[in-house]
Amino acid sequence: MEDTGGSKLNSFFSPQQGTLFAVLGIFIIYPFAANNYYTDVAFFFGIYALLGLSLNIVLGEVGLFDLGHAGFYAIGAYITAILNTKLGIPILVLLPVSAIAAALFAYLVCSPIIHLRGDYLCIVTIGMGEIVRLSLINNPFDLTGGPNGVFGIDFPSLGNFFVIDSSIEYYFFIWIVVGFSILALIRLQNSRIGRAWNCIREDEVAANANGINVRNYKLLAFVLGAAMAGIAGNIYASKLMCVSPESFSFMESCLMFCIVLIGGMGSIPGVLIGAAVISLFPEIFRPFAMYRMLIFGTVMILMMMFRPGGVWPRRRGGADIKSVLNTWRKNG
Amino acid sequence: MAEADLRTTDRAILETRELTKVFGGLTAVNNFDSQVHKGEICSLIGPNGAGKTTVFNVVTGIYKPEGGSVVFNGKDITGQKPYQIVSGGIARTFQNIRLFPNMTCLENVMAGQHCRGSAGMWGSIFRTPRQKNEERHIREVAESRINQVGLWESRNELAKNIAYGSQRMLEIARALATEPGLLALDEPSSGLNPRETENLMAFLKSLVKENFSIFLIEHDMNVVMGISDWVIVMDEGAKIAEGHPEVVYNNPKVIEAYLGYDDQQADGES
Amino acid sequence: MEVVLEQIINGLTIGSFYALIALGYSMVYGVLKLINFAHGDFFTLGSYLGYTVLVFGSAFLTSHCGLWGGIIVAMAIAAICLALVGITVERLAYRPIYPAGRLPAVVSALGASIFLQNAIMVIWGPRYQAYPASLIPNIHIQMGALHITLLQIVILVFSFLLMGILYYIIQKTLFGSAIRASALDRDTASLMGINFNKVIFFIFTLGPALGAITGVMVGMYYRQISFTMGWNYGLKAFTATILGGIGNLPGAMFGGLILGLLEMFGGAYISAAWKDVFVFLILILVLIFRPNGLFGEKLAEKV
Repeated sequence: MEDTGGSKLNSFFSPQQGTLFAVLGIFIIYPFAANNYYTDVAFFFGIYALLGLSLNIVLGEVGLFDLGHAGFYAIGAYITAILNTKLGIPILVLLPVSAIAAALFAYLVCSPIIHLRGDYLCIVTIGMGEIVRLSLINNPFDLTGGPNGVFGIDFPSLGNFFVIDSSIEYYFFIWIVVGFSILALIRLQNSRIGRAWNCIREDEVAANANGINVRNYKLLAFVLGAAMAGIAGNIYASKLMCVSPESFSFMESCLMFCIVLIGGMGSIPGVLIGAAVISLFPEIFRPFAMYRMLIFGTVMILMMMFRPGGVWPRRRGGADIKSVLNTWRKNG
Repeated sequence: MAEADLRTTDRAILETRELTKVFGGLTAVNNFDSQVHKGEICSLIGPNGAGKTTVFNVVTGIYKPEGGSVVFNGKDITGQKPYQIVSGGIARTFQNIRLFPNMTCLENVMAGQHCRGSAGMWGSIFRTPRQKNEERHIREVAESRINQVGLWESRNELAKNIAYGSQRMLEIARALATEPGLLALDEPSSGLNPRETENLMAFLKSLVKENFSIFLIEHDMNVVMGISDWVIVMDEGAKIAEGHPEVVYNNPKVIEAYLGYDDQQADGES
Repeated sequence: MEVVLEQIINGLTIGSFYALIALGYSMVYGVLKLINFAHGDFFTLGSYLGYTVLVFGSAFLTSHCGLWGGIIVAMAIAAICLALVGITVERLAYRPIYPAGRLPAVVSALGASIFLQNAIMVIWGPRYQAYPASLIPNIHIQMGALHITLLQIVILVFSFLLMGILYYIIQKTLFGSAIRASALDRDTASLMGINFNKVIFFIFTLGPALGAITGVMVGMYYRQISFTMGWNYGLKAFTATILGGIGNLPGAMFGGLILGLLEMFGGAYISAAWKDVFVFLILILVLIFRPNGLFGEKLAEKV
């Protein structure tokens, strides 16, 4: 009896599919099992996952040193905050608006500098991030609320029935957005666009010499990465109900950078793991209080010493998740 | 040169006219006129530092010339960006192999097909029928080319992990995937052993049968003599001779350019 | 007129701080292509060490060395300590990572920076510390309507002296050309018999030591120091490095001075709040038109 049951199960689910089911199951059950605090932790895991994925396009796929990504995150958050509190525009409407605003900003700001060599680009992105942060602090036209920021941001809602205002609802909201992002990014990875990006990362001159318009594709990476970071900003703003410049400092850009590198450049599962590490780290090491950051710095160095390729490096010729999804699709 | 008079523009797929490239104080290419005819293998030879790769770099858009022009299929392409020139139909390989090392061999060749596709970001995300067809076509072309150069077994290996000789062939496969009219190959036999060189020569000849034209920089005289229809010789940035291989081979100016003043010195000492 | 002159002097003072810190960045970057994010924290650590020496040794110093002597002792101790810290960081955090490539090295440098910054916070506390006023010369000089302090003059002279010495070492000595050669082409340099380890030792002891001395000077000039100041100075100094052209040491010095002047005039004539934004915008503009910095060489990439 037991044997037949076992082999029947094996014919339905391959080990990969089984793992995926288990993970999905955990994801769905988790917020109901955990209290609000830990659901919120998982929410921020989702935010960092989205931010990590957005930077992964620029840094992981194309190999551009972007240490100012928090600037796009800030633009998304503040556009949402300002337009919602000053003009009453609903949060969900502002989701695509934030994405477009951040994307437009990236396009305008990166176009003149996209040709810069790696390290020069690095310092310019740091400068851009700082310009955004400093501009927010200086409260131009009395829009941004200065160092205190903007507060009183609404919840996302569709009319009166559908309101996202609890920890569990925010959790599912962010993770559904992350889920769709992952699907889109996997498809991009395996497309002409994704290949072009990787070619640019490998050898820009050779990419150009093989018909790839390097400048346009670099810009596209920045624009798309900015749009995703803008979306993260929108969701973050409505969850916290207020935004202030200190959430968008260079440290945030550094954290995003670390997520991509610790997880594995260009690797989507890697970025998720990196985001988990970054968001869980403060929780796990909370008892260590002020020594926390000492440990964090040490971990960063050790990680690069022993796993410079990241925790889950990109595997070419068929990423693991993709093959899982493929078998999923084939079987049903 | 009577032979050179046989070269007529209407048979040329590529022409350089008075091409000049200057780097600071150095004139790397000086008033260089040349033609590559449709369906022929034209070799560009000369001692090291003669300016051959610079000519290639100007023709393929990596450098802008200070003077003169490049004409391809009757169209002036001087000053175009490299990716535009590839779309226009010239593909090149590099002297010191520039593959995409951490991508698979197949992906490297698929990269060549990039300029022949047009799927954008939205098409790729939503897997529109048009994008799916295009992807399939890209893969088919790449698989066919990688098979043609004999690298089918290695197609899923990372490009950095295959043998040197295979890497040279992979680069050619990638160039073929761009569906060019003209292949500009920079020292493709460099580093190959005699057997690999024989295979390369046979392969290049087979490409001509497929209606490709080949512009070749070469140091290996066996290759030059074995497959060229026409040879152009450069020295110190200028053309010093051109003609059928046997004619050029025996040209005293060419011999002097390669051997320098050794003959004179030898005479002086004895 | 005097106001402008004062501002120029102020600008040059800040600029020389940036220049000296920039030298440390530029040396490491030129030779190793590594953005040493920890360098700003070397500077901060030096400043805090100087503070500690001056505060805890105040009795001993004032009786045995006098005012200026005490400052020199503080600088010397800070410099020696930071030389040790610098080479230790290189051995522990950078050397093992070199083979892995440039991006892992950047993460490691960020990690080292985070570690150092927080170590400073743990040791000295998160609040501002202040250099004791009693141990800093407070002599003012009035020349007509021009008002500057002796301290400023000493700092300026000393900084330019340091820059001059370093310029001489880099440009005129054999060892200096070894450093420049290593920055251009490491492999060929070692083939030419240049002991790369010695070069590394030099840049990771002298650079941090210079940073430490600058830290003490900053402590004396502004009196207030905090554990996060390395970030701000580091960023500006690295900006100066880029402005001058990567790997170009005299360029880095010049870049630092220009940056200081820009910041001073930007702050005075545009707005104090926006002066940092102004500085970054200038950087971006310079790079758009001169992608290799003001003095950087345009190296043609061999294709």
